[in-house]
Amino acid sequence: MKQTAESSPAILRDLARQVRRRSVQMVHSAGLGHPGGDLSAADILVTLYFGTLNVDPEEPDAAWRDRFIMSKGHCCASLYSTLALKGFFPEQELNGFMAPLSRLSGHPNRTELPGVEANTGPLGHGLPIAVGAALAGKMDSAAWRTFVLTGDGELQEGSNWEAIMAAAHYHLDNLVLIVDRNRIQQGGPTESILAVEPLAAKFQAFGWAVREVDGHDCAALLDVFHATPFAAGHPSCILAKTIKGKGVSFMEDRAEWHHGVPNDAQLAVALGELGPEIHG
Amino acid sequence: MGEGFDCRIAFAETLECLAAQDPRIVAVVNDSLGSTRLVRFSQRFPARLINAGIAEQNMVGIGAGLANGGKVPFVCAASCFLTARALEQVKVDVAYSRANVKLCGMSSGLAYGQLGPTHHSIEDLAWTRAIANLTVIVPADPIETEQAVRAIAAEDGPVFLRLSRMPVPEVHPADYRFRIGSAAVLKPGSDVTLIANGTMVCRALKAASLLDEAGVSARVINLATLQPLDREVILEAAECTAGIVTVEEHSIHGGLGGAVAEVTATGRPVPMRILGIPASFAPTGSAEWLLEHFSLTPQGIFSAALELLETRVRG
Repeated sequence: MKQTAESSPAILRDLARQVRRRSVQMVHSAGLGHPGGDLSAADILVTLYFGTLNVDPEEPDAAWRDRFIMSKGHCCASLYSTLALKGFFPEQELNGFMAPLSRLSGHPNRTELPGVEANTGPLGHGLPIAVGAALAGKMDSAAWRTFVLTGDGELQEGSNWEAIMAAAHYHLDNLVLIVDRNRIQQGGPTESILAVEPLAAKFQAFGWAVREVDGHDCAALLDVFHATPFAAGHPSCILAKTIKGKGVSFMEDRAEWHHGVPNDAQLAVALGELGPEIHG
Repeated sequence: MGEGFDCRIAFAETLECLAAQDPRIVAVVNDSLGSTRLVRFSQRFPARLINAGIAEQNMVGIGAGLANGGKVPFVCAASCFLTARALEQVKVDVAYSRANVKLCGMSSGLAYGQLGPTHHSIEDLAWTRAIANLTVIVPADPIETEQAVRAIAAEDGPVFLRLSRMPVPEVHPADYRFRIGSAAVLKPGSDVTLIANGTMVCRALKAASLLDEAGVSARVINLATLQPLDREVILEAAECTAGIVTVEEHSIHGGLGGAVAEVTATGRPVPMRILGIPASFAPTGSAEWLLEHFSLTPQGIFSAALELLETRVRG
């Protein structure tokens, strides 16, 4: 079993900044994408890949690997950026996001891109797949774990609640669900479109162990990921409080940036706010 | 035609046999242990039987996840629920993802009889056949069921295996060898071709006997694999006989008949009759009664073949 390299919160913050820069650049050049959710998920993704998950880009299909399933597949710009930084494929390939014949489609495709665990796009698919992976791990008494990231509006899909029931029924304490709780879905606030709250109480009632965390605090994310499972015999749910569009002032907390595309001037402002590129 | 074998038995016995040899094989059900005939599997391999409850979307997603974790899951449920309720999961989690999941649709077609159109699964072949990457197999008897289960377990990739619960006689000799993607010519013939699969193969064979008695030489083809399709056998039949009658326990739209017509229309146009369930929800009646109602009988097939030949002669 290989050990993941520990990354300090300071390094994680820099990596998250890099993922944010890449994501807005990719959406800008493709003329398509979902930057709001990319930016809200960036700290979660880098903390997973650089501080938590036991994965090896040289051996993306290794049986012992931890699984991470990006259920909110529309936020693939941030996933691709993270996977490239981790070394699953060349960073240069990010420039071809959604270009004809690119492996970097508008939603992730595991059959083409190393590091992608599941093809997602329609919402409510990732958690059931994660439950299946966790069941496989349990059957083998394996040490590897399964992490899955969903959106919050995504929890309106009923298939999630089937999976939430099953995970508790099968005592999947090798399963960690992270909810990117940025409070905004495509058409507006989750609570005005179809209320999902009270989320913590719902998960607890379904038999999960729940913790809330600041989804932009890499140190806190590291701690909470390392604290899983929160309770033996129970799946863990992390409600990560985030801000849609985090890090770019004009995108923050605005539903129109769910799938907005920055123009040249907006891109320049965004990159200026996100800070300089990281080299090496 | 009530005598014969329930192919679910052959399915379950084969799966148990394979599971005893291969620890990767697991089963997933939706509170359908009895109707999938997996009670004994669950007793022999309790840790390898996942009951997802009445939750088909999650059931199929779990199958994809089990495959991701290195298992070979057989996801077993009544075909109507497996395909209709979880079609997006079948498309995305299984087929598009190329997950090594074996979807096993039980009691397909009209098998649920009086339970009505909610439980009939007469659209499943049209739906699954339209999905890329997905192998679609409809075995005709216990021998073919056993071999199909062995073949799909041995091959890495997504599969939809469509089974019935209606008893069927053995239509294949003991030395029959099923191969994915290969149709079997069960009877040679030069005047007309009958192409069937699943529960309709035995009826097509009986119709061929009736045709023989009437002096018509009928070729009978078991087209057990609907995807990938054996184009050569179909084109050869179109070349060598005067017309093709397809027979399926499925809607006449998009299933076996549609698949054959796509090949003949673009490769070797030939007169055809497509027998199945017309575009309607079936009335109340037992499965056997419904098959009679829709003329999916040896006599019905016989008449359609004669009518096809007569029309052709008159034309």
